[in-house]
Amino acid sequence: MIAFEAATRRFGDVTAVDRVGLAIAQGSFVALVGASGSGKSTLLKLVNAIEAPSSGRVLVQGEDVATLDPPAHRRRIGYVFQSIGLFPHMSVAENIAIGPRLGGDKLPSGRIGELLELVELEPALAARMPHELSGGQRQRVGVARALANGPRLLLMDEPFGALDPVTRDALGRRVRALHDRLGLTTVMVTHDMAEALLLADRVLVMEAGRIVADEIPASLLAGKGGDAAQGLVAVPREQAERLAAMEREGEAP
Amino acid sequence: MNGVGVALAGLVPQLAAHVLLSASALALGIAVALPLAVWASRSQAVARVALGFASLVQTVPALALLALFFPILLSLRAVFGEGLPTLGFLPALLALGLYALLPILRNSVTAQANLDPGLLEAADAVGMTRWQKLRLVEAPLAAPFVMAGIRTAAVWTIGAATLATTIGQPSLGDPIFAGLQTQNWALVLAGCLASAALALVADALLGLVERGLAERRPRLAIAGVVAVALGIAAALAVQFGGGERDRVLIGAKGFSEQYVLARLIGQRLEAAGYDVEYRDGLGSAVAHSAVASGDIDLLVDYTGTIWTNQMKRSDNPPRDAMLAEIEQWEASTSGIRVLGRLGFENAYAFAMRGDRAAALGVTDLADLARVAPQLVVGGDPEFFERPEWASVRDAYGLRFARQRNFSPTFMYNALQSGEADVIGAYTSDGRIAADRLRVLADPRGAFPNYDAILLVSPKRAGDEAMLAALHPLVGAITVDAMREANYAVDRDADKLTPDGAARLLTRRAGL
Repeated sequence: MIAFEAATRRFGDVTAVDRVGLAIAQGSFVALVGASGSGKSTLLKLVNAIEAPSSGRVLVQGEDVATLDPPAHRRRIGYVFQSIGLFPHMSVAENIAIGPRLGGDKLPSGRIGELLELVELEPALAARMPHELSGGQRQRVGVARALANGPRLLLMDEPFGALDPVTRDALGRRVRALHDRLGLTTVMVTHDMAEALLLADRVLVMEAGRIVADEIPASLLAGKGGDAAQGLVAVPREQAERLAAMEREGEAP
Repeated sequence: MNGVGVALAGLVPQLAAHVLLSASALALGIAVALPLAVWASRSQAVARVALGFASLVQTVPALALLALFFPILLSLRAVFGEGLPTLGFLPALLALGLYALLPILRNSVTAQANLDPGLLEAADAVGMTRWQKLRLVEAPLAAPFVMAGIRTAAVWTIGAATLATTIGQPSLGDPIFAGLQTQNWALVLAGCLASAALALVADALLGLVERGLAERRPRLAIAGVVAVALGIAAALAVQFGGGERDRVLIGAKGFSEQYVLARLIGQRLEAAGYDVEYRDGLGSAVAHSAVASGDIDLLVDYTGTIWTNQMKRSDNPPRDAMLAEIEQWEASTSGIRVLGRLGFENAYAFAMRGDRAAALGVTDLADLARVAPQLVVGGDPEFFERPEWASVRDAYGLRFARQRNFSPTFMYNALQSGEADVIGAYTSDGRIAADRLRVLADPRGAFPNYDAILLVSPKRAGDEAMLAALHPLVGAITVDAMREANYAVDRDADKLTPDGAARLLTRRAGL
């Protein structure tokens, strides 16, 4: 589905993505994990041409992204990101329908209701304006908007970063369910290793522009993937162990 | 206050002209500023240059900006031909349009710079082209701020448009300038009230549009736009409703005598069946060029003014020789026809309060030079720039403690209140006698002769019917009659309008 061939992105003296070679198979749910500044968001944006590689190539379904018309290319890809970016002057329905509208299609109102139900929102919300929604509802609309064009590929950049833990967990599960049901290929950038382990089939760890680990969740939990990956895995594991210990002892340590 | 009401009622044509000028200038400002703002949002360099230029324009006083377009358009005639108007609507439109640029441009650029970067990223990510992004996201979100800039520009433009009077474009400045010159405060107040009210109404209606855009209530915005459109349509109906007829444009410089003489000429032409229009408050240099270019048809000018200012002569021949040379010079350079002398002279002369002149023992300019270092001299805004002043100053060695500029009307008040000790007065001014001023003799003949003469534009020089209607004015007006008419306008109590004074002059001159 996606292939990076020595893809590099430099900003002045800083190399955000450094000669990354990688293939992502159709239907997989890949999590890109790393600290801030490790280059994971930039790598994601190379896929939908929001960033262009300084050298190397990025292929989507066998086509070099650099040769495609960026707006047309992006319309085939769902994109969800932390600040959501709902257009404040458009209703929920208009926000969801924007992608098809750009391509010259009018989304039937029944389809908007369906998309809202996919992300577990009431179809009646379609007439609301974004500022009338809660943060969680807004990001659900963001996901519905990303799916409106029926994309095969879903890119997510810290999609749940600004949400409270309960909403975050529920929406994460919902996205994973949609991924399975719609047969998507999903790439999710996150700094939260627990989220990556729980949702993804494959976890990539980035550090200083390079991919330093590429494992399935079970292997990471079994101690593979090297120091950087294990450092990230250790945090939620230790938290879980401390919580389990508290449960056993019935009191705070 | 009754006078203000009457004056207001007479301002409908000026109000219509003012509305059309302001609306056109604002439209021009918007048409230039919006594409520039879009370009500026894509390029830092363009933003810097465009905002820098607009700010620079703003530092030029509006009055000067308007006046500057006269020479600019005059030189552009080389490109666009002699038909290019150099006075009136076109220069006013261009100057005010430039003036409207800054607030619109600045608000638009700021609005775009402050757009949430997340929204711009979303616009890219959903697959918008540059144009779609501008149309669907940037423009609607920036619209309320752009509208706020347009509102500011509208208020500025309506205020500055009053100054268009000075370059021969009718506006609500007409009553303000005419009232200032003739101390007719009802007229000044009426002009100010009308232009302030117009600015408030425009601001409120555009505010409605702004609110409609900000609160996403399209009906509110449309209501505002429709109201503005109706106002402009009404102004168009007033301006062009009567059908465009051939009008004679009569110019007047910015002092009472000129207003009165323009009305005297206008009344005669109206009696002869012509439609006339007045272009009041023109500066000396602009007025003469305006006759030459045909932007006005008729003007009363003064031999000495043309001699020293236009012909740049410093010798001082007898009056008949001077007039003959002027006629020949005009015919060969500008094509202006000199119809003849009106009969009186309005010379520059220095005047002092009678008691003060007696106390200092001053009777002529040579005496004045002796005491000048202790005195303050006042002159109209042109006076100290004119070659006559330089030649008189040098002929007598005049060195004053200080020189001050006053509008012609206030100059006499300044003399009375002691803010000036001596002024560059006009000999046909009624206030010289009324205020018991001492006119200082000019034994060395440094001031030239200033016979009032009637100038006809090249375009009208062959209109014999019109010239026949004007011929009786030649040689008909004595300096006493002129002084009386001037004083009727200038005095503080029991004032006449320039129209009334022109009728008085008609009777005194036995026309």
